Amino acid sequence: MSLGAITLGHYLTLGGILFALSVVGIFLNRRNLIVLLMAIELMLLAVNLNFVAFSHYLPLEADRMAGQVFVFFILTVAAAESAIGLAILVVLFRNRATIAVDELDALKG
Amino acid sequence: MAATLSQNLLLTVPLAPLAGALIAGLAGKAVGRRGAHTVTILGVLVSFICSFMVLLDVREGARFNATVYEWMTLGTLKMEVGFLIDGLTAMMMCVVTFVSLMVHIYTIGYMEEDDGYQRFFSYISLFTFSMLMLVMSNNFLQLFFGWEAVGLVSYLLIGFWYKRPTAIFANMKAFLVNRVGDFGFILGIGLILAFTGSLNYGEVFAKSLDLAKLIFPGSQWMLITVICICLFIGAMGKSAQVPLHVWLPDSMEGPTPISALIHAATMVTAGIFMVARMSPLFELSDTALSFVLVIGAITALFMGFLGIIQNDIKRVVAYSTLSQLGYMTVALGVSAYSVAVFHLMTHAFFKALLFLGAGSVIIGMHHDQDIRNMGGLWKHMKITWITSLVGSLALIGTPFFAGFYSKDSIIEAVHASHLPGAGFAYFAVIVGVFVTAFYSFRMYFLVFHGAERFHHKPFPGEHDHHDDGHGHAHAPHESPWVVWLPLVALAVPSVVIGYMTIGPMLFGDFFKDSIVVDAARHPAMKELAEGFHGAAAMALHGFTALPFWLALGGVVTAWVFYLKAPSIPAAIARTFSPIVRILENKYYFDWFNENVLAAAARLLGTGLWKGGDQGLIDGLIINGSARAVGMLAGVGRLVQTGHLYWYALVMALGVFGLLTWQLWPALNGALGR
Repeated sequence: MSLGAITLGHYLTLGGILFALSVVGIFLNRRNLIVLLMAIELMLLAVNLNFVAFSHYLPLEADRMAGQVFVFFILTVAAAESAIGLAILVVLFRNRATIAVDELDALKG
Repeated sequence: MAATLSQNLLLTVPLAPLAGALIAGLAGKAVGRRGAHTVTILGVLVSFICSFMVLLDVREGARFNATVYEWMTLGTLKMEVGFLIDGLTAMMMCVVTFVSLMVHIYTIGYMEEDDGYQRFFSYISLFTFSMLMLVMSNNFLQLFFGWEAVGLVSYLLIGFWYKRPTAIFANMKAFLVNRVGDFGFILGIGLILAFTGSLNYGEVFAKSLDLAKLIFPGSQWMLITVICICLFIGAMGKSAQVPLHVWLPDSMEGPTPISALIHAATMVTAGIFMVARMSPLFELSDTALSFVLVIGAITALFMGFLGIIQNDIKRVVAYSTLSQLGYMTVALGVSAYSVAVFHLMTHAFFKALLFLGAGSVIIGMHHDQDIRNMGGLWKHMKITWITSLVGSLALIGTPFFAGFYSKDSIIEAVHASHLPGAGFAYFAVIVGVFVTAFYSFRMYFLVFHGAERFHHKPFPGEHDHHDDGHGHAHAPHESPWVVWLPLVALAVPSVVIGYMTIGPMLFGDFFKDSIVVDAARHPAMKELAEGFHGAAAMALHGFTALPFWLALGGVVTAWVFYLKAPSIPAAIARTFSPIVRILENKYYFDWFNENVLAAAARLLGTGLWKGGDQGLIDGLIINGSARAVGMLAGVGRLVQTGHLYWYALVMALGVFGLLTWQLWPALNGALGR
């Protein structure tokens, strides 16, 4: 395996790094709910990247469509989810006058 | 021997009083006062007539021993209702129903003004039914049923005037003391059942010799001794032997007719009867017999002393009952079971007579019971006077009267016995003769002779249930015929029954198949029989014997003390004031029970309540489990922060952990390769 060629491993590593970044983003983010939504988006994109990469490397031409169709589904759902999430965010801000994650602890037992 | 008795006849005997009790008790309003006493008296009358017919048949040799009704079967254990009719049972049935009949008739007069008229009739009929079930039983279960039923009805009757605190106290006391005895009794029955596997008398007695060879598990005691002592503890409760006698004097809180019934025919005789019935078992244990003997001797002597200082007319008679029960128990202890039962029978007549006589005096005195307020009543109540004199003479054992034959036989039997404790028992019964004569005639002289003290009432007196507003300065008057008729009817057997029946009952074969005596080991009965040459000869010989002179001495002493020189008893009381104080406090039995046993029980109860109930159950188990859940939840809520990132982290870690756990073998394989 030469340095110049881009293999499945590179794609998967990139997807993994993106996924890990987004997970860490969720954990470490204490201040802003928007960042949290963005981290979730990033997580979905990392997954998408894996789908595309895997589908590209499938041996049969006919099978390759399946993974890419999944990406479209996920993008659609992600868009809908972002829209709802932002809408909730707006309502939340109107009610609490803050979007700091630290202060949103109404579920505390 | 071949003839058997009709089952229907036997069933009638206990069921007639039961029917009377139910009608009078449940349909009291419908039948009214007249209806209530008619139906109950009729029931008892039918019962008495049937009993008498049974007695006649039994004398001809008829026997009955069979199951009438099978209640349930548990494995091999049969629980049945059955009758065992032999001489002992037939005699008891007649005594119980006759005395009960007299008491029923008497009650019409005595309870005339009482609101609980029908209730009372219902109870006494129920009492009769219970006692009949007890004596007619052929198995331990039915015996126990009768035993407990008698205890229950006595509780109801002693507390008949339930508005009086003293009556409530007395009936509770009677019930509790009887529980102590019954506990021993049921332990005894349990032991019998455990080792013989049967509750039927016949089957148990058939195995009694095998039983006698066993040792009580885990101890040095013979099993038969333990059984007999347990059974006798039951008898101690019912027949009021020391130290379980304390309920009997207090039972005087009940109306007088019921005192007569309890003391003469039912309840207290149950223990004596039971021991006589169990004679095949008791014969096998000398230890148990000695125990019985000593307890009886203590009761006979020391309870007699208490009779001397009582001033309530009923209490004097009550202590005399205790003392006479002691005599019966002594007779049981020396294996003279038939003598004990004989005394039971004669005592039933003259004690019922004395009680009903006392009740008649109480009516005449307008419900004043203090003998110090009486005196000279013979002029006003002739019939009561004569019958009470007859009763007292019978009680102290005047030759030719009923009490003489039975009491003298007991004394002779004790004299002939060689059991440990017989020496003390002989001393007790001999001294008891003097004491009995003294307190009986003390009461007799104070009530019927001497100055008429009822006009000015020197003592506040203990009153019976109600002030009837008659004005207490009235002279006493003879009671109505329903009251004196039973007195006369009881006076007759009190005189003649001993003379008539001593031959067949003690020395004939009337009790041959119901009472077993091991003549080789306990020869008292045999020696008694050898010395017996007919009832008349015995009475004539009685005039020269020690007991007669002791009794005469008692009468004369009482005459001197309470008629001739009334200052003597007061002087004696002053001189021996510590002894008098002991007697007035009844040997401190009540004090001991109240302050030691009851206090200990209360302490234990409080301890269990505070420590066990409130501490362990409420505190630890119920509230404790709730508190444990609370503490666990308190720890659990620490992880529930409400922060999304925290939940997400835990979720991710969880996924990681689960995956690791699931994939660990594969991972290991991959790394190891």
